[in-house]
Parts: sequence; C-alpha cells; structure tokens
Amino acid sequence: MRPKLTLLSDEIIARVFEEAYELLLCPGIKVQNPEARELLAAAGAKIYPDTEVVGIPAALVHKALESVPREFYLYDYDGNPAIHYGGDSVHFDPGSSGIAMLNPETLEHDTTETEHLIRLLKVAEQLPQYDAQSTAVICHDVPKEIQDSYRLYLVLLHSKKPIVTGAFTNKTVQEMIDMLALFAGGKEAAREKPRAIFDVCPAPPLIWSNFGAGNLIALARAGIPAEIVSVPLSGAAAPVTMLGTVTQHTAECLAGITIHQLAKAGSPIVWGGAAAIFDMRKGATPMGAVETAMLDCSYAQVAKTLGMPTHTYLGATDSKLVDAQAGLESGITAMVGALSGINMISGSGMLDFLACHSAEKLVLDAEGIAMAKRMVKGVQQHTDTLATGFYDEKINFKGGDFLKQKITMQLFREEQHLPSSVIDRDSTRAWKAAGSLDAFGRAKLRVKELLASYSRPEIDPDKLSRLHAFTLDLAKKAGLEELPRLEDYQPA
Amino acid sequence: MSEELYKQMAQSIIDGDSDLSVELAKKAIEINMHPLEAITKGFVVGVNYIGDQFGLGEAFLPELVMAGEAMKAAVATLEPELMKLGEARETLGRVVLATVEGDIHEIGKTLVGTMLSASGFEVTDLGVDQPAEKIIGKALEIDAQIIGMSALLTTTMVRQREVIEELDKEGLRPRIKVMVGGAPITRDWFQKIKADGYSEDAVGAVKVAKELVGKADS
Repeated sequence: MRPKLTLLSDEIIARVFEEAYELLLCPGIKVQNPEARELLAAAGAKIYPDTEVVGIPAALVHKALESVPREFYLYDYDGNPAIHYGGDSVHFDPGSSGIAMLNPETLEHDTTETEHLIRLLKVAEQLPQYDAQSTAVICHDVPKEIQDSYRLYLVLLHSKKPIVTGAFTNKTVQEMIDMLALFAGGKEAAREKPRAIFDVCPAPPLIWSNFGAGNLIALARAGIPAEIVSVPLSGAAAPVTMLGTVTQHTAECLAGITIHQLAKAGSPIVWGGAAAIFDMRKGATPMGAVETAMLDCSYAQVAKTLGMPTHTYLGATDSKLVDAQAGLESGITAMVGALSGINMISGSGMLDFLACHSAEKLVLDAEGIAMAKRMVKGVQQHTDTLATGFYDEKINFKGGDFLKQKITMQLFREEQHLPSSVIDRDSTRAWKAAGSLDAFGRAKLRVKELLASYSRPEIDPDKLSRLHAFTLDLAKKAGLEELPRLEDYQPA
Repeated sequence: MSEELYKQMAQSIIDGDSDLSVELAKKAIEINMHPLEAITKGFVVGVNYIGDQFGLGEAFLPELVMAGEAMKAAVATLEPELMKLGEARETLGRVVLATVEGDIHEIGKTLVGTMLSASGFEVTDLGVDQPAEKIIGKALEIDAQIIGMSALLTTTMVRQREVIEELDKEGLRPRIKVMVGGAPITRDWFQKIKADGYSEDAVGAVKVAKELVGKADS
C-alpha cells in the first residue's frame, strides 16, 4: 500500500499534451544552437531563419519518444547500480551550484571555495539518505574556465556515490565527459555504467539556448545521461496558472528530448525541472512555496504518463538561516516530492533560493528525507496475522509485554526510522543536560562529528593521478599553475 | 576453550537470544565450568556491553530488554548448579519495585527490574497501583535494601513522598534506601522528597542501585 500523491486528472493531462504540442508548433521553440536547428530541420521541422524559432511537428516528437529509454541506472565507483531512474523510485541528492555557504559560527553567507565543497562532500558521503553526491557549490578559488570540471574532480576524489552535476559551457561539458571516461576506464565503460548525470537547462519561456542545446547533443552522443531542468516561473517566465506553467514545461521537455534523441537515439534523458512560482511581492522565485511543490508534482505526473524518468528541485528553503522556516519548507516539499514518486529530488542543504548551501542543513534535511522515504515505504504487512499472533501465553497484560518479544527486536528497525542525534526526543532534563540546544545547535555538533569521522574512500591511485594530471592541465591552460592544496589527497 | 565459550555467552546476551544463552549455560554445566565464572566472565560481559551501547544511543529498548531476558534465562539455568555447589550467586541486594498508588504505568519500572536482575539484584516487582503499606510491608518481609518507586503522572508522584515519610516515621531509613523514577521525576523532586537515588533510565538505575548498596563499579 504505497502512498502516492497525484494532482491532475487524466483528462487534464491529455489537454496538457494537446496544448504542449500546439506550443511546439506555434509559437514554436527558440533553438539558439545552430547544430540543433540543423538536426531539427533535417528531420522535418519548420525553421524560421531570422528568429531562430523552430516549429516542431508532433510526429518528430513521437519518434523521439519511441527511442528514449524509460529507465536506466547510475552506478557507484565500484560499479554497483545505485540509482534507478524510472518507475516510482525515489532518491535524493544535495542541491547543486550554490555560490555561498552558511558559516555556522558567524551566520554569514561566505563565498564558496574548495574547502566548502569538500565539507559538503564529506558530510553527504556519510549520510545514507543522500543516494548521490552533487557538485554542490562553485569553487571561486579557481578560474572561471575550470570551475565546473574542477567541481567534478573534487567529487571524484572524495566520493564513491553517483554524481549529479552539470557543465557551464559547450566546451567544458566535453572536458567533463572526458574526465568521467578517464575515471571509468574508457568512453565505452563510462557509457555502459554511467557514474554521473548532467543537468541541462532550457530557458523559459520555450528557449533552448546555444549552450543548453549544445550540452544535450554532446551528452546524447557520449551516451552520458542528461537531466532536463526546465525552470518555468509562474506569472513571469511562464503563464500565471499552474496548468499553463505545467504545459509550457511539457513543451520545453518534449523539445529537449527531441533534440537529444535526434543527436543519438536511445541515449538516456530525464524529464526534470526546477519550476517555481514568481513571488509577486519580492520578485523572487520561492523554492519552498507549496505551489512550487505542486508544480513539480504535476509535471512529474505528466512525465509518468509517458513512462519517463523524473527529476525535480525540492527540499530547499528560501530562508537565510537553518531555522523554523527552513525546516518546514524543506520537510514539506521533500515529502511532496517523495509522494509524487520523483526519481531524483535535488535541493537538500540549500538556503536562499538555491544560492547558499549549508552542511548543517544537510544533516537536518537528511532526517526530513528519512521521514519522506519512510512515508513512501507505506504501511506494510510483516506478519501473517495482523495482531492475534502477538498475544501468546507470555502476555500478562502489562505495558512492556511487547518489548520482550523477539519479533519486536526483529522488526522495530523496519517499522521505525531511528533518527540521528539532530532530532530531539530527549526528556526535558536530558535535553537541558546536553546544553539545551536547538536543531541548528545539534546539527552543528553532528557536522563536526561527520567531518571528524570521514575518511577518503579507497580509489585506484593510478586513476587518481591521471585525473589529477588531466585537471591540472586544464588549470594551467586557464592560467592556474597549481591546483588548491587538499587535505585528503596529495598527488604523487 | 573457555575463552571461546565466554565470548559466545556474551554474544548470546547481546543478540538477546534466550534459547542460545540457555543452551550455552547448559554447556557450561556439562563441561564443569563453574557457574559463577560463566556468569561473570561470560554473560555479564554481554549485559554490560549492551548497557553501554544503550547509553551511547547505539542500542535500543527492545535490544536492552531482550538482553535482560536472555540473561535471566541463563542465570535461571545455572542457579540449581550453584545450589548444588552450596553457593549462591552473590546477590548485589534485594529490591522491591512498584508503581505508586493511583498510577498504572509500568513500562519504565519493568525495564528497571529487568536490568537490575540482569545485573545481579534480587528483584521483587509488585506491579502497579501499590499503596505505601504494601510496598513497605513487602520490603520488610524480604528484608530489602532498596525500594524503587515509579510514577508517570505529576498527580501521582506525590505518593513517592508519602512512602518516604512513612519509612521515616517507622525509623526504617537508612536501613532501606529509596530510589525514585518516572517521566516527571526531576533531580529537584528527588532532593525535595529526600529520596536516596534517582535515574533517567534503566541503565542509570543499575548504577545508582549499586552505589546505594555500596557495591559501585570501581
């Protein structure tokens, strides 16, 4: 009895597709990448030369939907399938591409550098709630030209988990694909057992930029999974209505899948996004709003009628601190995402409209994720009789009777999520004795523990030195003679 | 040989496996291992381990209770042998446990009983809703060194004081020491009613009880 949240009727979903197909033709999709336009034109799309707008006929989309995979896996360093993109599988990863990190002592949002990303990696590596790592923050201590590939380098050094990443240019996506191939032992191996997935963003409304479409093509050809992150903003860069926004999102995804499959039919791609409403008071894009979560649940439902793997951005907050607002927005939206059966839910750890990361928030969010995953597991039947089998001859009508049953010991971990020390279930006395800490205070302690207990996973030193040489070479070309010194890895 | 058996004994307690702990106790008898050695070098090691793990938040209540049960079962198997040898397991002390009058909550108190007996105390658990005279009567009857009282309600915790006042009136303290516990019981309350000991949980209660009978772990 797995619980499932759905917000749209079949009739409405049918109309979403109907109107999305109309949008693909009129006004059409603005495709700013010449190669993508050529692929579309060659397949029969109508090109409007002066505007870069392409009218994509339904038949072209249908063909793409025939070849696109309905499921695939991401693999960990050891080659185990660790993440299932498909069906109603639910996974979480920390949000990506923050530019700041909350300093737990000063409460300032510090500009992120190498040390910040490493702290996040060390924490997320040890929390089983995070099925994947992400290239969580930008390291401003290296030149812009290598900021995306350098993040991937750091993750590969410090983690064995699958990786959610992304490239900032059409040049660097290729470099990052090469890094993965180098680490996997060749391009074929990297394709066979992909370790990473790349977020690729269309621009709302209805635009596939030069860089976005270029990334789609490069990833398709390399056979490395792509994740569409369509970001319609209701009321500003998309219609004000939820259904209008979801329809635009559908059109952007269908266009992306079409370009992608034209580049290489059969390559894996995910129907994803970071849809949000547009806040009419502040002009902001609230990630913690309930409507944002409703948009995501809705577009996931649309994707699922096609059997497509899904992604979204939830579990984040717009608060600047790890406070009550952070807790309620992150917890509620993570729960909505999980109940929607979304395959990859990115955003945990993030504050301030996805700009700022926090290791303390990561450990708190891990508890919210655990609750969401527990909820999704549903109410299960573990025993043949529901209750009668528990009342044997040893029952003496005492409150503690069931604590003495073997089956209690066998099943309590199945039935209950056992929270970490960031969740307070102490008596008032014990809580006072432990320093009367609030959730943020407890999270700070837990982060310190995790940073102390981290040890870099065992990774083939030969692969590491080749990866290091490759990255150093990129750095030198960008004018940086030495990569920042790392505490946990010193190249030979 | 013995070392290996001690390890298995400790593990059977850690696993909360009463069947196995009884089986290992029987094996100890078969090979003429001294029952006290089996208890102190084998089974008790397991109880202590799980108690420590519980204190660290690594073990959970079902594991603690099952370990206590497995311990009780093993000791019950070894006791007749001890009797034959004309020795008894040195009891750390006799304890009367009860939930006070008007209160029917006893999960915590039962846990304390399990842990106390697993640690070597002789425990008489009177159950719930026990008036002062019954608690004191039983303590006198078995010559108990400790009375342990539980209360879950702020409205019933005052009964703990009544028992203590009654004991004082009869001049039974310090001969009988009083431990109190339960959700609303604070250090303030424990001091106010002049009890002799109090603990937050069952593992702590064992430590307090040992101190009260002058047999604290060194």
